[in-house]
This record gives sequence, C-alpha cells and structure tokens, in this order.
Amino acid sequence: MIERRPIANFFSHAILLLGVAIVAFPLYLAIVASTQSPDQIAQSIPLSLMPGTHALETYRIALFGGENSRGGTFPPALPMMWVSLVTAVVIAVGKIAISLLSAFAIVYFRFPAKGLVFWMIFVTLMLPVEVRIGPTYKVVADFGMLNSYAGLTIPLIASATATFLFRQFFLTVPDELVEAARMDGASPMRFFWDVLLPLSKTSIAALFVIQFIYGWNQYLWPLLVTTNENMYPVVLGIKRLIAGEAYTEWNVVMATAILAMLPPALVVILMQKWFVKGLVDTEK
Amino acid sequence: MLIVLVFFFWPASQALYQSLLSEDAFGTSSEFVGLLNFSRLWADSTYLNSFKVTALFSFLVAGCGLAIALLLAVMANGVIRGAGTYKTLLIWPYAVAPVVAGVLWVFMFSSPMGVISYALQSLGIQWNHLLNSNHAMTLIVIAAVWKQISYNFLFFLAGLQSIPKSLLEAAAIDGASPARRFWTIVFPLLTPTTFFLLVINIIYAFFDTFGIVDAATQGGPGKDTAILVYKVYFDGFKAMDIGGSAAQSVVLMVIVIALTVLQFRFIEKRVNY
Repeated sequence: MIERRPIANFFSHAILLLGVAIVAFPLYLAIVASTQSPDQIAQSIPLSLMPGTHALETYRIALFGGENSRGGTFPPALPMMWVSLVTAVVIAVGKIAISLLSAFAIVYFRFPAKGLVFWMIFVTLMLPVEVRIGPTYKVVADFGMLNSYAGLTIPLIASATATFLFRQFFLTVPDELVEAARMDGASPMRFFWDVLLPLSKTSIAALFVIQFIYGWNQYLWPLLVTTNENMYPVVLGIKRLIAGEAYTEWNVVMATAILAMLPPALVVILMQKWFVKGLVDTEK
Repeated sequence: MLIVLVFFFWPASQALYQSLLSEDAFGTSSEFVGLLNFSRLWADSTYLNSFKVTALFSFLVAGCGLAIALLLAVMANGVIRGAGTYKTLLIWPYAVAPVVAGVLWVFMFSSPMGVISYALQSLGIQWNHLLNSNHAMTLIVIAAVWKQISYNFLFFLAGLQSIPKSLLEAAAIDGASPARRFWTIVFPLLTPTTFFLLVINIIYAFFDTFGIVDAATQGGPGKDTAILVYKVYFDGFKAMDIGGSAAQSVVLMVIVIALTVLQFRFIEKRVNY
C-alpha cells in the first residue's frame, strides 16, 4: 500500500480472518458432526463444537454402507463417488476435446456457412442445461440413455463454453507458425497435434479444473436421468440421505458431504493457479 | 473436421430444436396448442409469484454476495503478507456442490441441534425455516452467497490488482484519504468487473441454485422459495405438466439470452472506450 498504517493493516487482517472463519465455519461443523455418533448428536442441544470419537466408524458406514440405528440401510458412498469421478472426468475431457476441435475448425478452416455454425455454437453457450431440461430429457430418453454414463455426460458435454476460450487463444497464435508448418508439409491434423496442442497446454489444464468441478457438482441433471441406485453420483446420494425421513443421521450425512466435497476442493486448492486462470479466462 | 462438428452439433442443436419446438407440440400427443400454454402461464398466480421470489432471491444473492466479496477483496489487496494464504482459504467453497452447500446450511439451522438456530433462540428469535417463509428465504440466500463468495472474491481481486498503482500514488500525494481514493478511483475503475459479476451472479442465482433450494427448502414453505428453475423441474417432472414446464423453459431462455446480450453489449462498449 501507499502509506504505512499499522492500524489499518491490522484491521484488514482482522476482517479477512473473520471472513475466512465465517466461510470455514460450516465445513468445521460438518467435520465435527461427522466424528460424533448419532446419539451424541441427538442428545446434545446444540451440537457440541468439539470433535467426537466416532470418526472411523462414521466414515466406514458412509463409504461402504451399513445399517443405521433404526434398522434401515445406508447406501455406500464409494460406488457413488466412482460414478461422480467418471462423470466429471468424461465431461471435462469430452468438453475439452470437442471444443478444441471445433475451435480449430472455426479458426483455421473455411467452409460454407461458417458464420451460421459460429452462431449456433454461440447460442448453446447461452443456454445452461437447467433451462432446457425438459427437451433434453426427452431426447436422452428416446435414445435409451437413461441410467448410463452416456446419458449422464453427453448432454453436459454438448455446450460450447470452452470453444470460445480456445477460439480466442487460436486467434493469437501467429500465422507464421501455420505457414511454417504448411511449408514443411504438415497436414492440418499434424499441425493441430504438434503445434496447437502443445501451445494450448496451460489453457487445457485450466479448463480441466473448471470442467471437472462443473461435472462433479452436477445435480439437477443426474437427478432426472438416473433412477437406478448404481448410477447415482455422490452429490445426489447426499440428498437422498436427508430426504423423506424425519429422522436423519446427520453424522453419516455430514461424512458423506465431506467426502463429496473433498475431491473438487483438493483439485481447486492443488491446482489453484490453473483454476484461477481458467475462471478468469472462460468468462471473458 | 466436419464430422466432429456434426457430432458436436447433433445433440446440442437437437436439444435446442426440441426446446423451441415444444412450445407448440406438447408431450406425447403432440397437439398444437399455440400460445395457450403461455397465456395460461401468465394467468397463473403461482408462476407470477415464482417470478417475484426469483427476483427477490437473485437481488439479495447478488447484492450481499458482491458487497461481502468486495470488502474481502479490498482487504486482501491491502495486506502485504498472507494475501495468498487468504486467497487459498477463501476459494475452496467454489468447489462445493450447491446441494452440499444447502445441506451444510440446513444442518446449521435445523431446529433441534443446529448451532445457529440455537444461538438465535437464545437471542429470542424462534427460527423455523420450514414454516416461516422469510426464514426459508434467508437460509437459501445465505447458502447461495456463501458458495458464490469465492468466485466474486477472485474476480474483484483480479480487478483490484489490475488498477495502476501510479494512479493511487498520485492521489495519495494530492492528499486524498484512503476512503476517498477508494470511492473516486478504485470503485469507478472496478465498474466493469462489478457489472460483469452482477450479471454472472444473477445468472447464478437463477440457475445454479437449484441444488441449494432442493436440499434446503424444496421450494417450501408453500411455494415461497420456489425459484423459476425449481418450478420448471417441479411442474415438468413432479406435477407432469410438461407443456407448462416447456413454456417456462422458453421464458427462462429468453431471460438468459437477454442477460447475455446485455453483458456482451456492455463488454463491447468497454472495449471501445
């Protein structure tokens, strides 16, 4: 800053710490709740803020399923997490691959109705899945893709968020590179693989982070497409744990919630640099 | 190349085409009813109410979210040491799924053992988001703002860091106080970021909060927190009014397109000046 003002500096730190504390409080509470036994949660009003002693047990139930104290069963979270992981990775990779190729086509090829194609991509950008759930659901159902990875991922891949990012990026690639590649006799695909792809590595990494989180956190779409328990992503599983019954075992719910947010949170924190870059770039 | 394009467009345009078509051709019988569904929609008081709810909700989410994030970003921009750490500590909620955010906050506010509801009770406030619609609204607004803070924070921080230091230094030499510097230099220069975030936050409040609403209140009590997207889902898949749901989708699309056009207009303007 411009002048040295220790008091203001202290004040800034205080506000930031407060902000961090408020932001982190729900997480802390979830961790605490997940380490207590259901009885402990039910008996202490309000919930005690000290971690309990049942962490291992709760997480075992949350991960592998088990019986609750009322005789019902918990669905195991592990297969659900697997579904989430596959979906998220497929969405991220699929989206990146498709938008790379279509951006490549738009920037480097002249074909009829290019403008029209561009505008069609542009329109898909504007419409999130949430808006077109009804029609999309019908299409997917007609293809018999309900309860399958294809149904979970393809409709989410088909949008052009990333195409624009890559288009902008390709436009900055100097023409000399294209010409040099052509002089050396490289085919268009060769140029794509050997020149463009290495150049756009950072953008790809950034996008991967964003799309992974996007895919992992999808909720409305899986809610519609999956009716089979084997195909539930973990985010949906949490909702099912609290839905319906008046009596909820919050410790297991919270353990599952922690498990569900762990992978994307790790991705964000470990790949923070790419993540920030991806966020700032995709929205431009 | 073209094959890839066709493959890409086939699902996308199919979905788009279907959604446009379903204005007139409804459900299984594919009966052409023209604009009947729309006129029915406008006559439907619950739908208009849902509009009001959504407007209020997105206004609150965008307003609170932006204000808090701006405060934090200005503070983080001011401190010299530890800014990176704060950044890391503040960005992780972005990774939390809306549903999970909803569940976490419901847990804190739930009535027998929730920590915050207990604290409120000892302050004399009877918290019940299952019956009191204002409470329910507050709950989903808090959850939505909480999840969105990291996003706004990152953008504000990036915006703040791109403001030339020399401007601020010149102002400081001229004797402008920090508060004055903020309002006359920093804030106007941040306007593009703020406006952009405003649009994004409204879009976020419109669409991405479905999970929060579904986990926290399920549109209740009554229909007091049923935002538009929730209503599309509820009418289409729970109440099986596919025509009405499709018409609502179309209305939503118009809103999104309007917002996006607004945003692009603004970005172009900014580039020009």
